[in-house]
Amino acid sequence: MILAAASTFKAPYLDYHALAPEIVLTGVLCVMLLADLFLPEERKYLVGTLAGLGFLGALLPIVTLAVQAHHQRVMFGGAYVVDPFALLLKALFLVSGYVVLLMSTTYIEEGDYYEGEFSFLVVAAVLGMVVMASARDLLTIFVALELLSIPGYLLAGWRKRDLKSNEAMMKYYLLGVLATGVMLYGMSLIFGFTGSTLLTDIGRSVSGPAGNKPIVALGIFFIVVGFAFKVSAVPFHFWAPDTYEGAPTPVTAFLSVASKAAGFVALMELVFIGFAGRHDVWGPLFWGLAAITMTVGNLIALRQTNVVRMLAYSSVAQAGYMLIPFAVAGDNADATHTALTAIIVYLLVYGAMNLGAFAVVIAVARKTRSGEISSFGGLFSYAPGLTVMMSIFLFSLAGIPPFGGWFAKVYIVEAIFKSGTPAAVVLGVILAVNSVIALYYYANVAREMWMRPVPDEDRTPVRVPVPVGAALGITTALTVVVGVLPNLVGHLGDLAQLTGALGK
Amino acid sequence: MNGFDHWALTLAVFLPTAGAVVLMLIPSREELLLKSTALVASVAALGVGIYLTAHFDYNRTSTLQYQVNRRWIDVINSHYHVGIDGISLPLIMLSLLIVVLCVVYSWDHFPEPHNPKAFLILMLVLETGMVGTFVSEDLILFFVFFELVLLPMYFMIGVWGGDNRQYASIKFFLYTLFGSALMILSFLALYFKAGQTFDIPTLIHNGAALPHGTQVLIFTGLFMGFAIKVPMFPFHTWLPDAHTEAPTVGSVILAAVLLKLGTYGFIRIALPVLPDAARTWAPWIGLLAVIGIIYGALGCLAQTDLKRLIAFSSVAHMGFVMLGISTLNSYGINAAVFGMVAHGLITGMLFFLAGSIHERFGTREIARLGGLLKQAPILGWILGFCAFASLGLPGLAGFWGEFPAILSAYQPAPGLSSGAFRTYMVVAAIGTVFAAGYLLWMYQRTAFGNVKTEFEHAHIHDVHVPEYVAWVPMLILIVVLGLVPSLIFRVTDGPVQHVTAAFSPPVVTVPSSAAAP
Repeated sequence: MILAAASTFKAPYLDYHALAPEIVLTGVLCVMLLADLFLPEERKYLVGTLAGLGFLGALLPIVTLAVQAHHQRVMFGGAYVVDPFALLLKALFLVSGYVVLLMSTTYIEEGDYYEGEFSFLVVAAVLGMVVMASARDLLTIFVALELLSIPGYLLAGWRKRDLKSNEAMMKYYLLGVLATGVMLYGMSLIFGFTGSTLLTDIGRSVSGPAGNKPIVALGIFFIVVGFAFKVSAVPFHFWAPDTYEGAPTPVTAFLSVASKAAGFVALMELVFIGFAGRHDVWGPLFWGLAAITMTVGNLIALRQTNVVRMLAYSSVAQAGYMLIPFAVAGDNADATHTALTAIIVYLLVYGAMNLGAFAVVIAVARKTRSGEISSFGGLFSYAPGLTVMMSIFLFSLAGIPPFGGWFAKVYIVEAIFKSGTPAAVVLGVILAVNSVIALYYYANVAREMWMRPVPDEDRTPVRVPVPVGAALGITTALTVVVGVLPNLVGHLGDLAQLTGALGK
Repeated sequence: MNGFDHWALTLAVFLPTAGAVVLMLIPSREELLLKSTALVASVAALGVGIYLTAHFDYNRTSTLQYQVNRRWIDVINSHYHVGIDGISLPLIMLSLLIVVLCVVYSWDHFPEPHNPKAFLILMLVLETGMVGTFVSEDLILFFVFFELVLLPMYFMIGVWGGDNRQYASIKFFLYTLFGSALMILSFLALYFKAGQTFDIPTLIHNGAALPHGTQVLIFTGLFMGFAIKVPMFPFHTWLPDAHTEAPTVGSVILAAVLLKLGTYGFIRIALPVLPDAARTWAPWIGLLAVIGIIYGALGCLAQTDLKRLIAFSSVAHMGFVMLGISTLNSYGINAAVFGMVAHGLITGMLFFLAGSIHERFGTREIARLGGLLKQAPILGWILGFCAFASLGLPGLAGFWGEFPAILSAYQPAPGLSSGAFRTYMVVAAIGTVFAAGYLLWMYQRTAFGNVKTEFEHAHIHDVHVPEYVAWVPMLILIVVLGLVPSLIFRVTDGPVQHVTAAFSPPVVTVPSSAAAP
């Protein structure tokens, strides 16, 4: 019986070139597991090296694929697509994974935490993200989301003897599972209405008058809410500050950049392909989320005294900025295109500047053993290099030229004006006001570093470990180059047309 | 256009940045090397500026010269478009000159906490931002340079400033950022409403056709951005704090150049691109300008701190500049450009003097000073000279900024209420009397009379070499421009006529929005 079924089974078409990054990562994962078993304690760091090599190895096929970017590769009946959009984001995930590894090597080693398993989980999560970038199907998106979330839950609790870290993990896990549940319910509603899990099919079914049903609206609402947890949009952000503060700092960097970006990628796929025709449902929803997320994030960030918590709320606010293009995307085809590009550009720039800021925090905390903003006092007098880099990241986050953040923000405003509706323009004004509020707390850290005295007159220089230095070099270079020559990312974003999106 | 002409503006903008990069590589203990490198970089930029002036075609002052137009950010159709005309030229020269003089002035007295390396790097980055703003012919490029000056100035005030520096620096930063956030919204609105371009000459061509309502809205955003920078009453409150707390060199650059970025923005962008809105806004701008004149003057009379007094006098003087602009006639705008240069030189000098006095006496309390002419006669005379220049004495540069601005309000551009503007004229004229009052009173209290007992035995240095080197060029320019104002008017008149051409033909006051469907 089984054999009979087997004879009718047709192997799906597999494009090994297109799947090469995933295959490399999976292979490296297996090797890492084995190596971790057999390596003696003092050589466990080799597992981390393997992971780094794995990331770089997975980048190679992405380059070769990007060379033939016009050639779009579709597998599994459209459930898995490798197009320029996917390639660009895969590269973002791999590079940020690599930078996180660089940042964490010394941290994990000095903290005496499990080393091999740490790198293993980071690679596993990045594999989930890489899959997410290609997923065009509800089930694939769900599997990718779990693959990237579960290692995240574990990593958040990596400092297992620290109560705060345990709290971080529990909160992240419980709320994450809740969000997944909500999202799955939404997916089931959508599947029930359309009878398909393929985003393109869903797109056809839900658009137009036929799809104008409460059940569709409800499904979309639940799915968006589920991902709102993932990207820590207000009012679903409660886990973020506690998790970010309690988790090991490199993990926080990872969660706030890569994991959040993965959430946005999934949202882009769902909104621009699956629900493209129903912008009457998600447009207002995103408008509200964006407005409240950036405002609340910024206002609470003003009051923070701990630098990681401050960066956590700042990342909530940044998520709010990235939600703006979603809010205006549905207004016309031109706005859709610009919105998509704006989100991608913002993700790229945000990745560089936020990872960089966390890298500085890690480097400084090695000396000061503190996460308080006041521990940055007088940093300029004994670590001018770190101070300058931190200032670059902070002012880039604030959107001050000539650092990358300004261009990303201007691009968002461009999407707003492409839409041109009064609601969109109001959102633009809210963005402008928020940029000013945000400057205050970013500049507050700068003030601490440049203008305040050193807390305990301890001016021993900060020794920056080589890997962290490399992470800082990569992120600083990206932040500055993008700010001065924005054309580089502008073009990248332009390439990234989402296959199957409305109007294509 | 030969090869060098092609690169000249780019060099003037980025030579200081190159200098800053070199400075970063020099270890901070090599102070002399650091200072000479900064001096070389700024003098080289000034050299390029002199070349620009020498080869400028004075028969075509209203056309953009030394133009370069390269692709920069394709996705938003923004170009690296630079060029100068007769309005930008004097301001560029002013910026280039002031930075050189500031480097010289700070040669052997860097403010606490010393660190010449960082200080000089910031000064050079600042120079790039200032010159870049004056040469930009693309809104996004303009925006980037306009913002680029914020960071160095923030750090300059916050690190090297006075006791209340942290508050003053963040206040300065937040105020200006608020303005520029609204400004960039307006820039993008212009992009979409006026032909999908950021190119200023093209926008000047397209902008006038916009419906009146749209123009007024966009102008409001631009107004916020520029008026905060000028600063106009009631957005001026950051200025006294920033000026007072900033180190001497910071105050000088702030007064001499940074404030001009705002007025320049009005003349270069807001007026020519949105003429209809400018006409609607002009009476209000004029009103705020004269309020600023009187308010600044009254503020001066109440000050006890020398630097704060000069800061408030800036509010008043920039009020005259804005009054000139608000008349929308060529007389007024020419006066405004002249006023910008004159205020840059005179107030810059006054801040230098206030800094030197503070350094010698350890205080800027006017009440504690006195008898400067006895203890340091040359310093005292220079202070007197600058006070007279500042109050608009004919024959010195200040006169040509103030007097024509007042006069121009007699007959504003057609379509503007001459009744309102004549009232402004009278009020502004009263303002000049106040100006004479507070400046002479200040001079009397600091320079005349006897030395106060606490400083009787103090050893007060008279002007020393770096100060001479830094000040003499400015003093000479104040006299020369006062005697031969046509040096500047000849250059500015052409482009100013170009700007006011949109306002001067008798306008039928039918808003174009009524004509639009």
